Amino acid sequence: MLWETLRLAVTTIIRNKLRSFLTVLGVVIGVAAVIAMVTIGQGSSAQVSASVEALGTNVLIVRPGSRGFGPPGGGEAAPKFTLKDAEALRTLPQIAYLAPINSGGQTVVYGNANAATQVYGSTADYLRVQNWPLLSGRNFAEGEETSGAAVCLIGATVQAKLFGNADPLGETIRVKSVACNVIGTLAAKGAGSFGQDQDDLVLMPIKTVQRRLEGNKDVTSISIALRKSVTSADGIKAVQDLLRERRRIAIGQADNFSVTDMKEITSMLSGVNSVLTGLLSSVAAVSLLVGGIGIMNIMLVSVTERTREIGIRLAVGASAGQVLQQFLVEAIVLSLLGGIIGIGAGLGLAYVGSIYMAIPFAPSGSVVALAFGFSALVGVVFGYFPARRAAKLDPIEALRHQ
Amino acid sequence: MPPPLIVLRDVARIYGAGEAEVRALDGVNLTIRQGEFVAIMGPSGSGKSTAMNIIGCLDRPTAGQFLFQGIEVQGLDQDRRALLRRHCLGFVFQGFNLLARSSALENVELPLIYKGQPRALREARARAALEKVGLQGRESADPSQLSGGQQQRVAIARALAGDPMLILADEPTGNLDSHRSHEIMLLLQQLNREEGITIVMVTHEEDIAAYAGRLLVFTDGKLTRDSAQPERR
Repeated sequence: MLWETLRLAVTTIIRNKLRSFLTVLGVVIGVAAVIAMVTIGQGSSAQVSASVEALGTNVLIVRPGSRGFGPPGGGEAAPKFTLKDAEALRTLPQIAYLAPINSGGQTVVYGNANAATQVYGSTADYLRVQNWPLLSGRNFAEGEETSGAAVCLIGATVQAKLFGNADPLGETIRVKSVACNVIGTLAAKGAGSFGQDQDDLVLMPIKTVQRRLEGNKDVTSISIALRKSVTSADGIKAVQDLLRERRRIAIGQADNFSVTDMKEITSMLSGVNSVLTGLLSSVAAVSLLVGGIGIMNIMLVSVTERTREIGIRLAVGASAGQVLQQFLVEAIVLSLLGGIIGIGAGLGLAYVGSIYMAIPFAPSGSVVALAFGFSALVGVVFGYFPARRAAKLDPIEALRHQ
Repeated sequence: MPPPLIVLRDVARIYGAGEAEVRALDGVNLTIRQGEFVAIMGPSGSGKSTAMNIIGCLDRPTAGQFLFQGIEVQGLDQDRRALLRRHCLGFVFQGFNLLARSSALENVELPLIYKGQPRALREARARAALEKVGLQGRESADPSQLSGGQQQRVAIARALAGDPMLILADEPTGNLDSHRSHEIMLLLQQLNREEGITIVMVTHEEDIAAYAGRLLVFTDGKLTRDSAQPERR
């Protein structure tokens, strides 16, 4: 009997193709939205973990100002670091590599081409801390660092903007007012944890940037790679102790600088990520609910339209339960159909989206199963009321219905 | 001796209450035996349709007893009456009441689906029923592709497919011209005579009622005439 009912439901749905499609459209959109949101969300989580891992898990970032991520905040401006602080830190036995950084936005020009980019003043160790290989050319020489020579390494994005396919090695670009010799190019890294372009930068010796671009002696942050044998907790402790001493912070007083490790950043980023995914998914879930109401609406109309048919079925011996079953099964088949189409569309959207956003495509079986189950539930919940109305029809009235 | 097929004892069907009370049937006593062909006549509002609905187990009497093969139907709930309809009754309506956009064969199979018969058996029985009403070769036709007379034949085949003891026909020729009416009535007579199926038919045309062997006339909810008559050929 159930098989017959199923066959009947499918026949009815196929007979009214356009109407069936419009009926399930709400569920399709709801399910597609949920699937796309969750899949893209998981993809970007995977991306965050991967990009943080590429940085190396034993990397610390030291910034002046109160603890936190992003621009240094706090009431009174915390004193900046100097190159002397960096030199002092370098003596710590826990540290493998260390790179002081002084960065700012600048316009770079080559011939007719120009680009707005970020200029990082640092040392040769910057690439070691970042675990960043060169594509061509060479890193800074020690003499260039100490003398503040006008040399630079350029990222893949800057290279493409200024040189196109031409070879930039040995060419001279202008950074603000400084003519600067390109001695190397960096391997492409792709999008970062926030989707920012990591290849959009020019790297120069820090003294060059301090003297000739920024006109100060500041170090805005320090990147540190710890030795492999050192835990990040021990590393952070050593860095903090030394800096508190150098900055003369009394016992009991709060730090006026922050030391962040990558684990913290990872968990913070994936926290933001999952909150966002959850929010967007719940909006999508609401549209699934609206889709269910759409199905109920059409099923109610359908029951009214098919009153006579119901009367005939009752007259030839259908029980109220069989009529209920017929309409309930039809609603469930409809919403499952919507669910299947929605899963396909959602995965497709997520696939296109992940290519566009350059994140991994991470479909999850459990989410697909959940969406499928949820659309079945929508069919049961929103199909029951119309089906009960059909089953409660009086056969005499139903047969008389025009 | 088996109990009579249908017994109505002091049956009343009352709609509304108090001032607005309408007695559609009022103290009807009636016995119909297996194999009879009964015509019910009467002006509109006389209660003939109400009597049909009660005999067809679609409605229940407000008072009195209705026995179908000795079973007291007035005490049965909707699902039990559905079972009775499924296994013992067949309906033929004035407006044919076929499912649109379903083939003749599918229409005839309908009661067999609810009987839970397997597909192959269903199809064989439906084909046999269509053949009995002279529609072999039109199994796959939609109702819209059939003439009125042919549609009524499909409806009769549907009633027949369930292997009923009783066929209830509600103005079966009301939508047909006299030639087609004659053919349909001959078919019903034939089923009555050859298959032994009891037929109860409501009509308001005397020449149609004349095909039946027994005539009942209702007036104001009461059975006012009950007479045997020779069946018209």
